[in-house]
Amino acid sequence: MSFMKKSPWVIHYDGSSCNGCDIEVLACLTPLYDIERFGIVNTGNPKHADIFLVTGAVNAQNVPVVRQIYSQMPEPKVVVAVGACAASGGVFHDCYNIIGGVDKAIPVDVYVPGCAARPQAIIDGVVQGLAVLEAKRKLLAEGKLEELEQKDQLPPLPPQTHVKEDQA
Amino acid sequence: MGKHTVVPFGPQHPVLPEPIHLDLELDDEKVVRAIPSIGYIHRGLEKLVEKREFKEYVFIAERICGICAFGHGWGYCKSVEGLMNIEIPLRAKYLRTIWHELSRIHSHLLWLGLMADGMGFESLFMHSWRLREKVLDIFEKTTGGRVIFSACKIGGVRRDIEDSELHGIAEILRGMRDEVREITDIFFKEPTSVSRLKDVGILSKEAAVATCAVGPMVRASGIPLDYRVADTSGVYRELNFTPVTTDTCDCYGRCWVRVQEIFASLDMICQAIEKIPAGDIAVPVKGNPNGEYFARLEQPRGEAFYYVKGNNTTHLTRFRVRTPTNMNLPAMVEALKGCDYADVPMIVLTIDPCISCTER
Repeated sequence: MSFMKKSPWVIHYDGSSCNGCDIEVLACLTPLYDIERFGIVNTGNPKHADIFLVTGAVNAQNVPVVRQIYSQMPEPKVVVAVGACAASGGVFHDCYNIIGGVDKAIPVDVYVPGCAARPQAIIDGVVQGLAVLEAKRKLLAEGKLEELEQKDQLPPLPPQTHVKEDQA
Repeated sequence: MGKHTVVPFGPQHPVLPEPIHLDLELDDEKVVRAIPSIGYIHRGLEKLVEKREFKEYVFIAERICGICAFGHGWGYCKSVEGLMNIEIPLRAKYLRTIWHELSRIHSHLLWLGLMADGMGFESLFMHSWRLREKVLDIFEKTTGGRVIFSACKIGGVRRDIEDSELHGIAEILRGMRDEVREITDIFFKEPTSVSRLKDVGILSKEAAVATCAVGPMVRASGIPLDYRVADTSGVYRELNFTPVTTDTCDCYGRCWVRVQEIFASLDMICQAIEKIPAGDIAVPVKGNPNGEYFARLEQPRGEAFYYVKGNNTTHLTRFRVRTPTNMNLPAMVEALKGCDYADVPMIVLTIDPCISCTER
């Protein structure tokens, strides 16, 4: 963790997960795993956050919410997709209301496997996210805004979503 | 008449681990009406029965909700077993009861933590979750999984627990009792938490009946409705147990009911470990389900209802769950009326909302 220059704050949003990964994300914050000792704090405000933890797949209703939170986060920012559902849809991949993994809605930097993802894996995912965060911070410091913008560009809105692009 | 405002609450909100949206109509600081809107987690997993074989579907049923995962797996298995007239071995029934009651302890401790976090009592949150890890360790030791462990299958259970290990579990749980008492006493004796909970979010006995509330929500309004008492197919009849009720009708009462249920479950598991017989843990399943059947089960959040329909093929044609939070939402809207705006998170949390169950 020698590359950790600052205490990253995380924001957690539950896409359409079954709670299994959510409670494991919360378990990371509590005494047994305690990521708070590294200065990692769970915040409710997207403007305070550096790392966006998303659990669960996206559906028509929550795509705008996920994109909204993502676009409100200040640069540099990292997205960690937690669990099999967030990566690809998982066991629910062929449900009629599931669009797919979180990468259908926002660009994802780190994928954490598991159903439910274990706390150790989530912490590892966050640590790997820190390296990405540091790389993005460098880009920002060097003024390579175009490259950064390209990395953080939102994918096109999935056709299943009911809202228009300007609302999402 | 104060100033009328509508405040949106959620779907992303610090006290909500899960997305639900409420439109709160306020008169100054008092809530006059709350309008919930859901659909953020809807996956449509009931329709997946058409794509998965009925034996495979247990894994999907467990993922209705990751907190009461074992219970949902059991509920689904129970309904299919009822449909196919399968009588599972007694040892499997006991093992299911032990895992289910452990899930209840873990779910209630999780809830106590979230509740403490909701009122800003951070250290209590940490202590509840520290205790909860002991239960998760038992899950991991006996099944390999921490939250979703797929121990249930149609016809019985997938894994046995050795008797020596069962006695070890009983030992751990007996040790937990004092620790749970130590932290839960804070809820009832500490003036800061009592003042947040007492007389907040009143749900009268009549309103609880009218809104068809279930689980700790209705038991805190003085109605002893608990399916475990009526369950004739399981082994709850063998265990000494009375439903926990109180008639304070407020957040304090709901908190009290859940805490007492932790102790009741600790006690029930120890009794079950004393009484568990030796024998098989599963029976073979032959043929395909045909006809329709429903089963009920008392989940940590209240009574859940499972309906299955088959047409003698490997795939069921219909599966339906009625989950406890779904039933408790109208009661929550009722309890929100007339409360202070600052108490909204507390009242939303006291129904122990499991939105993932609700929307499936």
